[in-house]
Amino acid sequence: MARSMTSPALLLGYRLYVGAFFVFLAAPLFAAGIFAFNDSLFPALPWQGFTLDWFFNDTEPKLGMFHDRRLLSGLYYSFVIALLVSLLSVFVGTTNAFLFVRREFPFKNALYIVMIVPLVIPGVILGISILVFASNIANAVWDAWEVEISLLRPGIVLVVLGQFSFIATITSLVITARLRKFDTSLEEAALNLGASRARVLFTITLPFLRPAMIAAGIVAFLVSFENFNTTLFLVGSESPLTITMYDRMAKIGSTPVLNAVSFFLMVGSGLLALLSVVAQRPGQPD
Amino acid sequence: MSRDARRLSLILLFAPFALWILLLIALPHLGILALSMREKVAPRVYEFGFGNYAEFITEPIYWNTLLRTGSMSLLVTFLALIIGFPIAYYIAKIAGKRARGALFLMCLIPLWVSDLIRAFGWILLLRESGVISRSLQWMGLTQSGIEFLYNDAAVIVGLVYTVILFMIVPLVSTLDGMGDDMIEAGYNLGGNSLTVLRRIIVPYAMPGIVAGCIVVFMMTAGSYLTPILLGGKNSSWFTEQIYNQFISRFNWEGGAAFGVLLLLFTSGVVWIGLRLSGQSLANTVARS
Repeated sequence: MARSMTSPALLLGYRLYVGAFFVFLAAPLFAAGIFAFNDSLFPALPWQGFTLDWFFNDTEPKLGMFHDRRLLSGLYYSFVIALLVSLLSVFVGTTNAFLFVRREFPFKNALYIVMIVPLVIPGVILGISILVFASNIANAVWDAWEVEISLLRPGIVLVVLGQFSFIATITSLVITARLRKFDTSLEEAALNLGASRARVLFTITLPFLRPAMIAAGIVAFLVSFENFNTTLFLVGSESPLTITMYDRMAKIGSTPVLNAVSFFLMVGSGLLALLSVVAQRPGQPD
Repeated sequence: MSRDARRLSLILLFAPFALWILLLIALPHLGILALSMREKVAPRVYEFGFGNYAEFITEPIYWNTLLRTGSMSLLVTFLALIIGFPIAYYIAKIAGKRARGALFLMCLIPLWVSDLIRAFGWILLLRESGVISRSLQWMGLTQSGIEFLYNDAAVIVGLVYTVILFMIVPLVSTLDGMGDDMIEAGYNLGGNSLTVLRRIIVPYAMPGIVAGCIVVFMMTAGSYLTPILLGGKNSSWFTEQIYNQFISRFNWEGGAAFGVLLLLFTSGVVWIGLRLSGQSLANTVARS
């Protein structure tokens, strides 16, 4: 521990600063969560007593989130989108890991940078560029053959592709980092013992990558679930939860049912994040 | 494997990467570049020209918004670095081994909560009927409620909050790799705390600092929800202009030009940052 520079008073001040920082981090999340349990029509003080109505009540004006059709359908679409995005991103992340760790090809270093770039492009720009590109293709096909490709109009497919376009970078980086740690002599041993290439891949290499693939999948799921900027431009009639919540906030203003959704999402993503930490732990000393 | 099989498998591995980059990144970006240089002369009649960019230059509200977005993003990046560095240093170097993991995890938890919920939390705290205003009233410090929302300070607080984790995480991982003996050596050679910080710690942490700054700057400049929800009607953030052009005014050509400008502007700032600090994208962002 590099403590020699700090006097006790300074160290105490430092600790207070760190404590204050964590209060700053927690405060808005706490505010967003706690008012889900306040028995009031507004998410504000004073405290009117504890209630679970904003989750389970089935009548207006205190319609709970589990009886609110639009919020539930938003939750459902978010789930479907996030699942598709994470499957697709883990698949491409894995092929990218093998490509960049195991293979040699021209311009490899430049292409590796290209792989990182989507992560630093603003989400709004990814959204509009994919919207424009898809519409151009759909329009061109219509002009040429009078065939309407509804998949290329705003909707679930475009949302999935838009989110995938930058989430694939995250999964590629996570899985690449793991594959770099793999000891190739394990594969050689199996090959010498007469295993086929496919068998080696499925019994040795992929099981080694599994923790990273699971962790990358969870991260992809969470990032997709919370994405707003890219989704905003690509969304059709099937709005995912963040868009539904935003509409509600903009049109009706804040109601405690939004706090209930926030609480639900925070608990859900907290558990998933914990799961991803646990998934990455075995056999990966830091 | 035979040479043909090797070639085939290379092509198969390359295909997903190529399709992803080509269809979702390269061609769409060329697409908005082409769209931005197209002018509408009559319904369904277009010609090549720089009219959309000319409009950006002649209309002060547009370039003022871009400059405002840029300068506020730089301020947010700077604040995130100043506030986040001591926290990262504490986690990496001062906290005990067990506290370190817990603190790091606590840092990560807000990362997995959407922007929307974070902004919503700040609204509940800062607005006129919000927690802070009500608490001040209750303590008798003020008679009427105070509106803390809908000003630049609220936007900056919200943005720093949203992005600071992306500053802390790369900083912790670089500082983690620094041996304590380097710091001890600095003191033994007669340096004071400031010298050690300036000559040893900061240079060592440079890749992490640059990585954090790049990600934070890009996220801030490209953010949409936080400035709009916390800044209200007159937040004038550049992404809002892009949204207005695309969705409200259905002026895709103008919106595409704004998109290209935002991209050029932010990549320009990042490029200058990399040049000044002597780092590259591969050894900063990719590592974090």
